[in-house]
Amino acid sequence: MNAPVPSPNLYDCRDAFAATLERLAAEDKTIVAVCNDSVGSSKLGGFKGKFPERLVNVGIAEQNMIGVAAGLANGGRLPYVCAAAPFLTGRSLEQVKADISYSNANVKLVGISSGMAYGELGPTHHSIEDFAWMRVLPNLPVIAPCDRIETAAAVEWAASYAGPCFLRLSRVGVPDLLPEGHRFELGKANRLREGSDVTLIANGTLTHRMMKAAEILAERGIQARVLNLATVRPIDEAAIIAAANETGAIVTAEEHSVFGGLGSAVAEVVVDHAPVPMKRLGVPGIFAPTGSAEFLLDEFGMAPAAIAEAAEALIRRKKA
Amino acid sequence: MEIGELERMAREIRLRDLQAVYEAGAGHIGGEMSVIDILTALYFRVLRLWPDEPKNPARDRFVLSKGHTACALYVTLAKRGFIPEEEISTFLKPHSRLNGHPNCNKVPGVETNTGPLGHGLPVAVGMAKAAQLSGADYHTYVVTGDGEMQEGSNWEAIMAATQFKLNNLTLIIDHNRFQQGASLSDTNDIAPLRPKLEAFGWEVTEIDGNNMSEVVAALEFRGNSPHCIVAHTNKGHGISFMQDRVDWHHKVPNKEQYEIAVAELSEA
Repeated sequence: MNAPVPSPNLYDCRDAFAATLERLAAEDKTIVAVCNDSVGSSKLGGFKGKFPERLVNVGIAEQNMIGVAAGLANGGRLPYVCAAAPFLTGRSLEQVKADISYSNANVKLVGISSGMAYGELGPTHHSIEDFAWMRVLPNLPVIAPCDRIETAAAVEWAASYAGPCFLRLSRVGVPDLLPEGHRFELGKANRLREGSDVTLIANGTLTHRMMKAAEILAERGIQARVLNLATVRPIDEAAIIAAANETGAIVTAEEHSVFGGLGSAVAEVVVDHAPVPMKRLGVPGIFAPTGSAEFLLDEFGMAPAAIAEAAEALIRRKKA
Repeated sequence: MEIGELERMAREIRLRDLQAVYEAGAGHIGGEMSVIDILTALYFRVLRLWPDEPKNPARDRFVLSKGHTACALYVTLAKRGFIPEEEISTFLKPHSRLNGHPNCNKVPGVETNTGPLGHGLPVAVGMAKAAQLSGADYHTYVVTGDGEMQEGSNWEAIMAATQFKLNNLTLIIDHNRFQQGASLSDTNDIAPLRPKLEAFGWEVTEIDGNNMSEVVAALEFRGNSPHCIVAHTNKGHGISFMQDRVDWHHKVPNKEQYEIAVAELSEA
C-alpha cells in the first residue's frame, strides 16, 4: 500500500497578521488596535496581553469603531481596525467613505474572515461584496494577500504607507506560496508560474487553487501563467495587459461575487487596453447555500479541476 | 476676547454668512444663525489654536458635525485668519474649496470631513481617546445638530466616551428644535436631551446657546466625565422673520428679505 501523499501545511493567515502587528507595535508606540468585541476572532489576545491600553475595543458598534479610528489617526495614533469583514465594510460603509477615504485618514482597515470564511453561518456573515464596496472609494488601496507570508508583508507595508488601506484576510487555511522574505509592493502582481496558453489570476484563498489548476493543465500539455493579484486597487495594469497580449485568454477566480470584484477589475483593464476572451469565476450573484467555505468554492466551480476545465473551454474560444 | 467683543464678532460673522448665502443662492442659513455664537466663542476665546500652524499637534480639536452649516464655519475660519476673507465670495462656486460641507484636505482648520450626519461625534471620541493614550493635553469639542442626535451612531459614541472616561471631550448640541422637514417634536422627539445623556454617564449643562456669557462659561467648564452642553438656540437667530421657522432651514432670502435681515443684524 502506498504511503499517503503528504498534503502541504495549511496556515491561518490571522496568525501572521497578529504576530506581525504585535512585532510592529513593540517598535512603534503609536500603533493601536481598534475592534468591535472581536478580540478572539481577530486574534488580538496577544496584543491585548502586551499592550492592554492600546487595544481600543468599542464594543459591538461598527459605525463608531470607524469614526473612532479616524479620530485616533487625527490625534497621531496609527490605528489598525480589526473586525469581521462583512461588518467592517457593510455596516460602516458610509463611515469608511466619509471618515476614512474622503478624509484620507491614516487608518488601516483589516477585514478578518472575509469571503465565505464563515461558511455555514450563512450569507449575513459572508463578505462577498467587499471588493466592490471598497474599490470604488478613492484613496483606499484594496489588498487580499494569498498566504501567511504575503499577509505579514502587507501588514508591515501598511504601517509605513501614509494613508488608509483595506486588507482583506481570511481564516481558511492556505499553503505558503510566496518565498520567505517576500516584500509587499502595492499594485504589483506576482507571477507565480510561467505560461503562454492562458493566464489564471486570483488572490486571497483562490491563488493556491489556481496553482493546482495550473498543475492539472500542465498534465494536459497546457501551460498556464498564474498571477497573484493581491492589490485589486490600484491594479497592476501592465501585468494584466501583458497577460492578455502574451497568453490571449484570462481566467479570474475570487471568493467574492462576480459583480464588482477582482474579475470585474481585471476585465475593466482588458476591455480598455487588450480585449481577449475572459472567464470570471466567483459567486454568481446569489446568496450562497449552507456549506463550508471550501465546499462553497467547489460548489461555485472553483475546485482546481473545474478551474482547469474553465480554462480549457476558454482556450477553445480563443482559437475559434 | 471679552464677551462684548465676542458678541460684536458673532454679529459680523452672521452678516458675512447671510451675504454669502444670499450671493451663492444656497446654504443652510437657519442652522448657521443658531450655531454662530458657539463657533465665535470657540474660535475667538476657547480653542487653543494657531491659524498659521493649523496642524500643530497641541491644538484643541473642533469638529462641526452638522457639516451643512459649513458656511458659518468658513466665515469664522476666515475671520480668525485660517483662510483669506475674500475667499468667502467663492462659496459653492465651481472648483472652490468651500463647498457645501467642509473638507479637511482642502480647508485649513477643518479636522475631518462631515456632511452625512452622525459622523462627527465618533471621530471626536477617537480624537479625545488619542489624547488620553498619548498624554496630550488638547481638548476636543464637537457640535451636532439636535435632529442629528436621531442618528444611532451618536449613541454608540456616547456610550464609548463614558466607557473610555473621556473628561477631555465636550459635545455641544445645537438644540434649535427644528430639523429639515419639521420640528423635532413632530418628527422624532428626542427632547429632553439632558436625562438621556445623564443616563449614559455624561455631565450635562443646559444653556441659552445664543447668550455669549453662558456659551463661554459652559465651553470653559471642565469636569470628570464627558461633558454635554445642551445649547438651547433659535433657528435663524437674529433675523426676526427667520426665527423658529422650519422653512428657513435652507431657504435663501430674496432681495427685500436680505435687506431687512442686514438691517436687523446691523442694529442689533
